[in-house]
Amino acid sequence: MSDLSYETVARFAQQGGLIYFGLIFLAGCVYALLPSKKAEFKHAARMPLDDEELL
Amino acid sequence: MSLWKHHANFERHSLLLIIGIVVVVSIGGLVEIAPLFWLKSTVEKVEGVRPYTPLEQAGRDIYIREGCYVCHSQMVRPLRDEVERYGHYSLAAESMYDHPFQWGSKRTGPDLARVGGKYSDSWHVDHMIDPRSVVPESIMPPYKFLAEKELDFHDIDARMKALRVVGVPYSDEDIAKAKQDLVAQADPYSTDAIDLRKRYGAKVVNRDFDGDPNKITEMDAVIAYLQMLGTLVDFDSYKAQAPENRR
Amino acid sequence: MSAPPLKSGAPPEGSATLLIFCVIGAFLAIVGAGVSSDPIFRLQFETIAIAGVIAAFVLNGKLAGGTLVDQPDRYSDNVIKAGVIATMFWAAAGLLAGVVVAAQLAWPRIFYFPELGFLNFGRLRPLHTSAVIFAFGGNALIATSFWVVQRTCKARLGLGITPWFVFWGYQLFIVLAATGYLMGATQGKEYAEPQWYTDLWLTIVWVAYLLVFLATIWKRKEPHIYVANWFYLAFIVTIALLHLVNNAGVPVGLLNHRSYGVFAGVQDALTQWWYGHNAVGFFLTAGFLAMMYYFVPKRVERPVYSYRLSIVHFWALIFIYIWAGPHHLHYTALPQWAQTLGMTFSIMLWMPSWGGMINGLMTLSGAWDKLRTDPVVRMMVVAIAFYGMATFEGPVMSIRAVNALSHYTDWTIGHVHSGALGWNGFITFGAIYCMVPWLWKKPAMYSNKLIEWHFWIATTGILLYIAAMWVSGIMEGLMWREYTPQGFLAYSFIETVSAKHIENIIRTIGGLMFLTGALIMIFNIWKTITMPTPETAGTQSADDMPAAPAHAIA
Repeated sequence: MSDLSYETVARFAQQGGLIYFGLIFLAGCVYALLPSKKAEFKHAARMPLDDEELL
Repeated sequence: MSLWKHHANFERHSLLLIIGIVVVVSIGGLVEIAPLFWLKSTVEKVEGVRPYTPLEQAGRDIYIREGCYVCHSQMVRPLRDEVERYGHYSLAAESMYDHPFQWGSKRTGPDLARVGGKYSDSWHVDHMIDPRSVVPESIMPPYKFLAEKELDFHDIDARMKALRVVGVPYSDEDIAKAKQDLVAQADPYSTDAIDLRKRYGAKVVNRDFDGDPNKITEMDAVIAYLQMLGTLVDFDSYKAQAPENRR
Repeated sequence: MSAPPLKSGAPPEGSATLLIFCVIGAFLAIVGAGVSSDPIFRLQFETIAIAGVIAAFVLNGKLAGGTLVDQPDRYSDNVIKAGVIATMFWAAAGLLAGVVVAAQLAWPRIFYFPELGFLNFGRLRPLHTSAVIFAFGGNALIATSFWVVQRTCKARLGLGITPWFVFWGYQLFIVLAATGYLMGATQGKEYAEPQWYTDLWLTIVWVAYLLVFLATIWKRKEPHIYVANWFYLAFIVTIALLHLVNNAGVPVGLLNHRSYGVFAGVQDALTQWWYGHNAVGFFLTAGFLAMMYYFVPKRVERPVYSYRLSIVHFWALIFIYIWAGPHHLHYTALPQWAQTLGMTFSIMLWMPSWGGMINGLMTLSGAWDKLRTDPVVRMMVVAIAFYGMATFEGPVMSIRAVNALSHYTDWTIGHVHSGALGWNGFITFGAIYCMVPWLWKKPAMYSNKLIEWHFWIATTGILLYIAAMWVSGIMEGLMWREYTPQGFLAYSFIETVSAKHIENIIRTIGGLMFLTGALIMIFNIWKTITMPTPETAGTQSADDMPAAPAHAIA
């Protein structure tokens, strides 16, 4: 670890961070847009509105 | 398909949601903070930085107690006006023994990183007892009680021990003689001050900071702290443009 | 709390354990206070002992009198009622402290008392920030999260008596922190001032909070967890993480109030602002976004604009926020790569923030008329607008060149207050205006007119406040760096202080108006609670709503 240079750390953090973010963001988008999830999300969106029916 | 199934679990099961949250939020902090501990260049090698003397540390504890940091920064940025107003920009090495750091975030009052030696002790006493007596437009609170209250340093050696646990290099002798050192620094005629200077450096001055020879007050400690701020580094030997100091 | 028992039943799970815990805690605190030679430590532990004794007495009385009865078929709403009251109490206290410190800056000769040093700015400002963020904001988050998680999971709060422990434990944390600041017990790290024993206590309370929240989610009937709960969960988990790392320290002694953090200097600075920025990101943003994702759809009676967007919003927001901390340390001794990284992610943060804002605002599409007719909707929409404004201003201020001007000035204070007063304040007020009639079974708030008054007085107050801070912040930033034609600094520091006198007065007036609005709200809530309850409550208990039958909860 002692031979870590400023440039190495900077490159790892900046480029690695960006790539990591890109992957997470893509995964989030894919998940949100999955066609198979459409019905579930549509139902979920109404959860605050329907929450008194069962009372 | 198994991947998508996994995602469904991830969504439905709160434990997996927590794991997802922890993974996402912890990596950013790790990548940013951890290298500061490994990278040697994070803190420059400079001459002169030393741990605080017991009296200065007691003063620093009062500075923290009174919340001075909410109005006064201790971080001169490398901008032309700041360097001209306050002095050489601050180095990481200058706060390497600061638990906690006191860089501040707001300048309701001026920066104090290099306030040491700028004003006389008696100016500080007058200013803290009644700020508006020396600076009529000041909005600083009065700290008259510091001049009246005797400094409580019964646990100063315990404080230094705790600081040693977190990495401040106090020697066994420093801790054993903590009270003697503290009293010596507040007494202009003390012979123990020679011993104090032997361990903390020739620049340490022993004097009656608050002008009240009868007792060691909180004012003594605060002024001892303020008067050494920013005075440790030997800037004659510090080469800002040297490759090892460029960050 | 005060309801007569409808039927004899067992007390909530864990009541006896909690009673024993209170007794032992009070005993240990008394011993600690008695043995310690540190006056601050003694006072703080006497406070803990008093709290423990009172809690033990009340709990014992309720258990003995049989008034503490578990009602597994109802939502636990009493703890939320207590939370609403606590939220408004601390709002008044925190805002009052803010007005006092503003007045101290405007009129230092009048509002400082040389004989009462504990009321100096340096001790009151942490009191103000902690009171509004952790006491007002924290109680609002706990109360609304308890409401939302029960309704969206269709399950009663989990773990028996524990929600009450979370509520009262959190109030004890606030009292310890606040009285500690006045006495001078502080770690000297902004927004993380409480000393080690208070931090440890908060850790216990926070873990209990997480467990209550999770236990409720685990009882849910539907497989899907509503997105507001994701935000609450991210808030609870991340705050725990930040709290533990940033407050890692070594006490001077077990009977000594003082401690020293394990980090020093530049490492401490970055850890602190990683904490500080994410206290904004997860306490003041994620938690309050959870409120937005429940109460806005509920109030306007339509689902959130895009549920998919809310998912992307969630992951992008929590990911990016964590990286943005170093923008608080531009041009300092922090290595530049970290500053650059912080700045880049701060600018990227604009996108998820505005994604969330659009999602909240567009929920009103087709119901925009409610802006005119319902002041509560208007309050929440203005909150979202302030959120959008503050999250646009933030990335701008994180640019190094802008930050060189804005840092250390009142501009930052103005930015914080547009977020805190506009976003956190108004979304909370909106949520509480919704919840009070629901909780106390009233058809509506006592007076819509008073909500209108609250809205307009508070909005004017915010605008006065932030406009004054923009002016004074940019002015002092420019004055600090101004040179005469001969190449000398144009102004001494004190000239830049006295130049802000008028702005300091305006900010005090703005804060006073915001406080006035909150007091009107407290009056309105008081009148609502004491209104006669309509007959529709029927045979149900007057204080607890029935929840889904227990067998229906998987």
